[in-house]
Amino acid sequence: MSKQEELDQPTGSADPILEIRDLNVYFEMDRGRSRVIDDVDLDIRRGEIIGIVGESGSGKSMLASSLLDAVVEPGVTTGEVTYQSTDGESVDVLDLSEEELMEFRWEQISMVFQGALSSFNPTMAMREHFEETLEAHGYAVDSGMERAADLLSDLYLDPDRVLDSYPHELSGGMKQRALIALALVLEPEVLVMDEPTAALDLLMQRSIVSLLAEIRDKYDLTMVFITHDLPLVTKLADRIGVLYAFELVELADTESILREPTHPYTRALLNATPNLDAPLEEMRPIEGAAPDPVNVPAGCSYHERCPLATDKCERDPPSFDRISDTQEVACHHWEDIDEIPLTTEVDQ
Amino acid sequence: MSSDETVVSLSGVDVHFESESGGINPFRDSKTVRAVDDVDLEIAENDVIAIVGESGSGKTTLGKAAVGLQKPTNGTISYRGQDIWQAQKRFSNPEIPFSEIRRSLQIIHQDPESSLNPHKSVRSSLEQPLKKWQGNLGPEDREARILAMLEKVGMSPAHDYAERYPHQLSGGETQRVALIRALLMNPDVILADEAVSALDVSLRVEMMDLMLDLQDSFDTSYLFISHDLSNARYVAEHADGYLGVMYLGELVEFGPAKEVLQNPQHPYTKVLRWATPSLEITDETEPPVRKIDIPDPVDPPSGCRFHTRCPHATAHCRDAAPESRSTDVPEHRTACYRIDEHSEYWDAEPLEGAHIDR
Repeated sequence: MSKQEELDQPTGSADPILEIRDLNVYFEMDRGRSRVIDDVDLDIRRGEIIGIVGESGSGKSMLASSLLDAVVEPGVTTGEVTYQSTDGESVDVLDLSEEELMEFRWEQISMVFQGALSSFNPTMAMREHFEETLEAHGYAVDSGMERAADLLSDLYLDPDRVLDSYPHELSGGMKQRALIALALVLEPEVLVMDEPTAALDLLMQRSIVSLLAEIRDKYDLTMVFITHDLPLVTKLADRIGVLYAFELVELADTESILREPTHPYTRALLNATPNLDAPLEEMRPIEGAAPDPVNVPAGCSYHERCPLATDKCERDPPSFDRISDTQEVACHHWEDIDEIPLTTEVDQ
Repeated sequence: MSSDETVVSLSGVDVHFESESGGINPFRDSKTVRAVDDVDLEIAENDVIAIVGESGSGKTTLGKAAVGLQKPTNGTISYRGQDIWQAQKRFSNPEIPFSEIRRSLQIIHQDPESSLNPHKSVRSSLEQPLKKWQGNLGPEDREARILAMLEKVGMSPAHDYAERYPHQLSGGETQRVALIRALLMNPDVILADEAVSALDVSLRVEMMDLMLDLQDSFDTSYLFISHDLSNARYVAEHADGYLGVMYLGELVEFGPAKEVLQNPQHPYTKVLRWATPSLEITDETEPPVRKIDIPDPVDPPSGCRFHTRCPHATAHCRDAAPESRSTDVPEHRTACYRIDEHSEYWDAEPLEGAHIDR
């Protein structure tokens, strides 16, 4: 099977590299329990690029952190995150010791987090950052640095120039690409990125996205790209998951998300996103505001903002159901979804 | 729109910064950053002009120059015919006093939290401009005015929002307070510098709609600065306004927003279009630039500054800078040899990696 055919297989039958079950993250606060990831089930398939889209306060950064058991104290992560390594070994990520985690995080799953640009030590040249990482994990420095140089060139950087520079001598876009190269220098299987391009110009964001696609193919990586930017991630991802109020509300291949989104929130988000093509008068904001994690509405968490909501939505939380081979959605009324027209389709 | 009266006019404006790189070594040259280079721009009454560009393009500096917050190193900026910086000089006896110009040209920032005083309630932040500029209003009138404005921007119940402090507001609410505060000065022009960029995608349209709505009621013009072409399009096209594209200090293309977006003439404008992801399914293409990094503005390339990245650059582009010239469409101009069929450009040697592609 080609990679594309493999990825077109129904969810579940494809070879998962990460299996997430009943994942919950919460914080105990004076005001009550703040649930920032609520019962998420998700399989991430080997070799895919999965985009996770959510607005601020949707829990998307917590999802990224929990994949690596990196939720900061006093946050509590429960459920299962199972990693299937290439040699057939299963690792229960949430059960690893501190020491095992340190190893696991760079060598199996690596991460590029939001605001990570400041993670470079300003007094160290870029070369030392790479060497230090290789040494700390007991990798051969010479061959490791060759790989680093390859990665930097793959990201349209001049390796010698970048490696000899100090962080302040590089632009934001260069640092961000160097950070991606650093995250890949230990040959991990999975790269998790949380808003890896948010502080950059559009041209740099878009360029990085197209470079990431090339890197996935070249190094056979699995990528998890977490962002608020739906249009951007559609240019990269094979599948997209949409987070609303700390829950996964829809998961489908990118084409279905764009052409036939079945969750009312996904539709509203598409209709609210400024872009260059849709007719201006059709774009409209989403009414209301996203809920507070301490006080998520009963029933479907989107019902207060949803034009399709009924009594049932106020009462019963919808289950996350498979509605086709490639699409899962948590909505009682997904069959009536066309009552919310999709404005981006008007001129198609 | 161009027939309306011009409010602000920039002519041959340069803003150059000296960067002190020499430290204590007096023999080392200091370097000049040419943040804005020879820009002409006119803002009419009730106009919307959006300026887009990458970081380092000088778009914010241009915006600040246009509202009199940044003194140009060359060229003139006038407000209704009065040179702004002449008016500021002592004993210059200007036709329009500097304080009046200051009031007429307002700004809202990307990060509104930093522009609202954290120790002041919404009410007292909004009272300030009214007390200063509309002294004839009594306390009750002021109160009524503030509550009406809050109500108008959807911050209801208004008397509750009026008592809140900035930390009790969401990002979108803070930005709305900043907008009201600017509007209460009755300005002619508001510089909106990345005013919606920090908001969630689903809130941007709402904020921009509000800005457009209030433009109608307040007769103000906007100079809307953004790195995001989609936002710039939304505001400028809605208002039948203009779109300008900046690259390394120069305005490389300018015209009616719809025209610039549908029929971009400068290769850089086309690059920005590519960089703006659509919501359609398209095949992924390579970046249409030869280099993805923007050059250092301290040491910009010779000739056309885009020649180091342009997919169509020739030796002619490297050697000589193109003048801005009109395209076939009224009010649309661009600085690129490719719109001139008689240019030497067409006979010049393409640079490495570039193709003329007629």
